[in-house]
Amino acid sequence: MRKFLFTTLFMLLFAAQAIAADTIKIGFNIPLTGDIPKVGEASKFAAEMLKEDINGAGGLEVGGQKYQLEFVYEDNESKAESAVNVALKLIERDQVVAIIGPNSSKQAVPAGGTCDDNQTPMVTPWSTNPDTTLDRPWVFRAAFLDPFQGPVVANFAEKTFGAKTAAVIYDVSNDYSKGLAEIFQQVWEGKKGAGSVVAFESHGTKDQDFSAQLSTIVSAKPDFIFVPDNYNQVALIVKQARQLGYKGPFMGSDAWGSAELMTLCGDDCIGQYFSTHYAAAGATGKTKEFIDRYSAKFGYTPDDVAALTWDATRLVLKAIQDAGKVESDTRKERKAIRESMAKIQKFEGITGTMSFDEQGDPIKCAVVVKISPAGQFEFTESVCPE
Amino acid sequence: METLLQGFLQYIINSLQWGSFYALIAVGYTLVYGVLLLINFAHGDIFMVGAYIAFFISSMLITYLGGMAGGWTLVALAVPLTMLLTACVGVTLERVAYRPLRRKGAHRLYVVITALMCGLILENGNLALLGASRKKFPEMVDTIVLSIGGASITNLKLLVIFAAVAVFLFLHWIVTKTKLGMAMRAVSFDKFAVPLMGIPLNTVIVFTFILGSGFAGLAGLLFAMSYPILEPYMGALIGWKAFIAAVVGGIGDIRGAFIGGFLLAFIEIGVASVLPSSFRDLFAFSILLVILWIKPTGLFGVAKTTKI
Repeated sequence: MRKFLFTTLFMLLFAAQAIAADTIKIGFNIPLTGDIPKVGEASKFAAEMLKEDINGAGGLEVGGQKYQLEFVYEDNESKAESAVNVALKLIERDQVVAIIGPNSSKQAVPAGGTCDDNQTPMVTPWSTNPDTTLDRPWVFRAAFLDPFQGPVVANFAEKTFGAKTAAVIYDVSNDYSKGLAEIFQQVWEGKKGAGSVVAFESHGTKDQDFSAQLSTIVSAKPDFIFVPDNYNQVALIVKQARQLGYKGPFMGSDAWGSAELMTLCGDDCIGQYFSTHYAAAGATGKTKEFIDRYSAKFGYTPDDVAALTWDATRLVLKAIQDAGKVESDTRKERKAIRESMAKIQKFEGITGTMSFDEQGDPIKCAVVVKISPAGQFEFTESVCPE
Repeated sequence: METLLQGFLQYIINSLQWGSFYALIAVGYTLVYGVLLLINFAHGDIFMVGAYIAFFISSMLITYLGGMAGGWTLVALAVPLTMLLTACVGVTLERVAYRPLRRKGAHRLYVVITALMCGLILENGNLALLGASRKKFPEMVDTIVLSIGGASITNLKLLVIFAAVAVFLFLHWIVTKTKLGMAMRAVSFDKFAVPLMGIPLNTVIVFTFILGSGFAGLAGLLFAMSYPILEPYMGALIGWKAFIAAVVGGIGDIRGAFIGGFLLAFIEIGVASVLPSSFRDLFAFSILLVILWIKPTGLFGVAKTTKI
């Protein structure tokens, strides 16, 4: 009986593969619930739009033959351990040829390890922590890195606020937030001398009350507060800091840039600055086309995650096309994708032109945006790597 | 010296506000435990439901009455409505989940497990019904930041602390001075003799759930006003901590719930002020462990006597 069951199972597996011969399956490891559901939603919407484009035109053309795309969306609940499970599920059960996501570094760092061990190409759209791709030949990304973002933030704050001292509050259990906070501290103290970061406070992911940390920060009287945190916590932190009598400016990082920031934060966030991947207001060319179509379809301006997912997915599709043919064996196809991915020198994305270094990291520009009274993210400055 | 004093004053204000939430939730655990010897693990999620009810009521009040009435009038309307509806949720839970088990004479362990399940049902039901997106609680009143001796306090924080004190006095009065309170104490003393004396057992139990859940609803409303971002899992962690606070204070004792709640807040915020926040829970719970170590029944708990 058991033998029979196994045989049927195997036969089913092979049958499934035979049916799937002219489709290409790509997995999405994204946070559809949990702390940052809007990020997962944006990723999914952008991917759906791209899929409709390509499948509507008959499929993706590889070596003269057209293939239909199949996207599998799995929810990682914005938890590190779930991201690893989702990655394994996509690799083993769904037999995807490549994985897009996770978005947040908190999940991308562990999931990257899983994908690298299982020899499956992974492209994270939004993760900026260096560890995600470090010494992992199978892992790539579409976003810039925190060692680049940190100085961008520091230079901008120095210039715009004329600041001499800074305070930092960050999420200690989030790789992204912690990494960026430490890089920022290093850069700022390198500029202004030791002790110029007057308060360096941490909190946990589920925390709702920050009064202890913010009281320490406010009493240290910094010229501005750097908050490298997810948008949902930003809303609480900014509000509570104001209630504790802080009147100075805030500076944020790219995790602020969700379409939901303004619904949660409201008037408190108006006039603050943050560094991000692209500015929707005032975009041109292909970027504008993407923004217009996305807004028409889903009813809100796409945030940077949507744009980066679009770029990351197109990057994978380009790698598949560059390989010249689609292998029927999933393992071989994964290898082919990785190899042609590593060969991509330059890529014209809607978040800017990127070229890749030996770690699989793009070299691209960052922008600093200001939150306008209408709640839009207005372009203020663009900073490119030298 | 002056800044140190300011810092200390600020610390007291912060802790009093945060402790008020623990106290308001802990009182629900303690009331139900006092009467039924049941640990109502769904209580943290009743608090969450309370916050969501407050969200819908406030949104509605603002849409219909926003132009006519001032912010504080809206709050004054939202408080009883939220408390009433949340109490209904608590009583419903008692009717559909706990009472049938009690009737069949199930062991307390099964009821506690049922409570845990009810909590998860509330969380995931909310997730399925309203989605994972967070809700932003509407602002009914403008926050005014006051400065007292260099420390900042808002009108909202004052309201929260005032509410906690008022609830304490009210409950104390109910339990010690009214007939129902006497009945509650009697039930906790001897559940089997009480019905024989002509005291309606179920009425007393329902009343206990109304009180506990009503104050969880009040806590939900005040919490949503202070931390205006709502999500389905917001009640889980704070519920657990409030439960621990109730145990440390001596579960079954109202004074214990309040003292335990404020104690936990003072330790938590104190540790987070001087050490990195990752040490907060470590220190807070180590200290509480030592307290239980010295006094296993909690600060106000007395082993095996009347509890409420």
